[in-house]
Amino acid sequence: MNLHEYQARDLLKAAGVPMFDGDVASTPTEAEAIARRLGGTVVVKAQVHVGGRGKAGGVKLARNPAEALECASQILGMSIKGLVVNKVLVVPAADIATESYLGLILDRATQKPVFMVSDAGGIDIEEVAAKTPEKITKLAIDPRSGLLPHQALKLALALYQDWDQVKAATKILTQVYKVFMANGCSLTEINPLVTTPDGRVLALDAKIIIDDNELDRRPDLAVLRDESGEEPSEVAARRANLTFIKLDGNVGCVVNGAGLAMATMDLVKYHGGEPANFLDIGGSSNPEKVINALKIITADPAVKVILFNIFGGITRTDDVANGIVAATKQFKVDVPIVIRLTGTNEVEAFRILESVGMSAMSDMDAAVAKAVELAKGAA
Amino acid sequence: MSIWIGKETRLVVQGITGREGAFHSRQMMEYGTNVVAGVTPGKGGQTFEGKVPVFNTVAEAVAETQANCSVIYVPPAMAAGAIQEAADAGLALVVCITEGVPVLDMTFVMPYIVERGVRLIGPNCPGLITPGESKVGIIPGSICTPGPVGLVSRSGTLTYEVVHHLTAAGLGQSTCVGIGGDPIVGTNFIDAIAAFNADPKTEAIVLLGEIGGTAEQEAAEYIRAHVKKPVCGFVAGQTAPKGRRMGHAGAIISGSSGTADEKFQAFEAANIGIMRRPADVVSLLKARLK
Repeated sequence: MNLHEYQARDLLKAAGVPMFDGDVASTPTEAEAIARRLGGTVVVKAQVHVGGRGKAGGVKLARNPAEALECASQILGMSIKGLVVNKVLVVPAADIATESYLGLILDRATQKPVFMVSDAGGIDIEEVAAKTPEKITKLAIDPRSGLLPHQALKLALALYQDWDQVKAATKILTQVYKVFMANGCSLTEINPLVTTPDGRVLALDAKIIIDDNELDRRPDLAVLRDESGEEPSEVAARRANLTFIKLDGNVGCVVNGAGLAMATMDLVKYHGGEPANFLDIGGSSNPEKVINALKIITADPAVKVILFNIFGGITRTDDVANGIVAATKQFKVDVPIVIRLTGTNEVEAFRILESVGMSAMSDMDAAVAKAVELAKGAA
Repeated sequence: MSIWIGKETRLVVQGITGREGAFHSRQMMEYGTNVVAGVTPGKGGQTFEGKVPVFNTVAEAVAETQANCSVIYVPPAMAAGAIQEAADAGLALVVCITEGVPVLDMTFVMPYIVERGVRLIGPNCPGLITPGESKVGIIPGSICTPGPVGLVSRSGTLTYEVVHHLTAAGLGQSTCVGIGGDPIVGTNFIDAIAAFNADPKTEAIVLLGEIGGTAEQEAAEYIRAHVKKPVCGFVAGQTAPKGRRMGHAGAIISGSSGTADEKFQAFEAANIGIMRRPADVVSLLKARLK
């Protein structure tokens, strides 16, 4: 789960990480009031879960409260890559001497939290990493002992020469580590970590991703989810315990299992079509899940055909067939449905579908090819 | 032979009285797996299905039944503790089926089991099966048949799809292993490929990967350097949307975007047969097994 910048700031601030004052606003008037309180020039930043918000016009400079009101009214309600902006963060336009990078990530390779720091921070950090990897210092942390003092010092010395700044950085590194471990993060990132002309070290922008697997045991973190900032169909899917990602094509896909779902999308493309979505109904065979999946997919007007690809293992294909029949009785599906079922109870599943005049196929390639052909005919 | 499980496997099921645990224990017993014990704290002394004794702890189960392998079907918040309990009971192979285990928990579990010499498979995996001998986990036994192909996969149902093609074409399997798709898993591709490489019964290897991370590239490099047996591979997610990424850190740490193209290129460089779709497994293996 991605946190908004303002939420990440709140968690880091609570742990003691120094940062410029600032606040979040939901209306232009609130933004104006924050700008007045801060005084001077401020930056108004869209709080939305996409990259490149600056380029999309979601970050603006305002020289006074009146301009802050104006900027906020432009940004609030605007759509960036399909997501509506509901909140803006108002922070002082900082005077900056240097920009560094500080990231802590759960690393697959070392199977540990790994710190990465660089004194060449800012928006081009990935280019820095690709072209001059020696400018990035990495350090894996054993979670059983935590971040040790000499490790924090090593990282801080990679960032600064000035001893006061080194000391400030060791403190920030320790605080970031605490936030990471206490909140079940898979990423905590400060980019940039800046110094001011008078020598202070502060976090200017922050990003936090929380491991979705933590949310069941951490209701305090689960409430941080901002559903208004997400694709509505993806929110509806999550509430129905489905994993769904909307795409741009016209072949709606309903599949059990993430790997098979991705392979099905790949096969749609292989046969010359475009998938409309990724949808994993998971391992259980509750017919209700099938009904919800069909509701979500048919709500997308771009969908010209619906393709079921179910390999029954734990999932019983007769349950899926019952779900399809129940759904088509509950509401009208205007587009053709192509069904591929193989595995557990497939004979019964085929019989259920045939009893209502529907049919199913056994071969994945044949079903995908047929779905693509139907989508092309309808387009 | 085969890898990791076979006729000699004596299985203890952690969470045997739960909904999932009970269902899959019955399935495993029907398949012929030697399920010797179950564990559910507080239900020690009961009997599962009239024949499998249930214990309060794994250590008791091992002492009484000489179990040598554990499979775990407990809720996610309890999975880390269950793995550590199995390791402390002296089991050398632990298979964790549970989905949704917090990844930070696994950062504590991994050094714990490595110190004790335990092989963990999973979490969030379908387990493994040596057709005709033993099944530990949830892979449907009916789609498998004994034979010379070793299969290792990050997915569940995609594994079934490919095994289904293999079996239909008369290509049986030595062992099929699902290593799980989580960021931190106990057994990786290289572990399984090294075991298949050393197994005299395995004549060819199938590797089923997914986008994300660099495990497939590392496996390809290992195969290039060490494996003479024919290998073919697939990467699911060739058309997955870009932009679902972890800040800057994900790209910096791996030096890779983890795309399917990058992984297929690594396969090509290692002379691994490229499956553009699951069905390709049959023609690729038939050509290479001659």
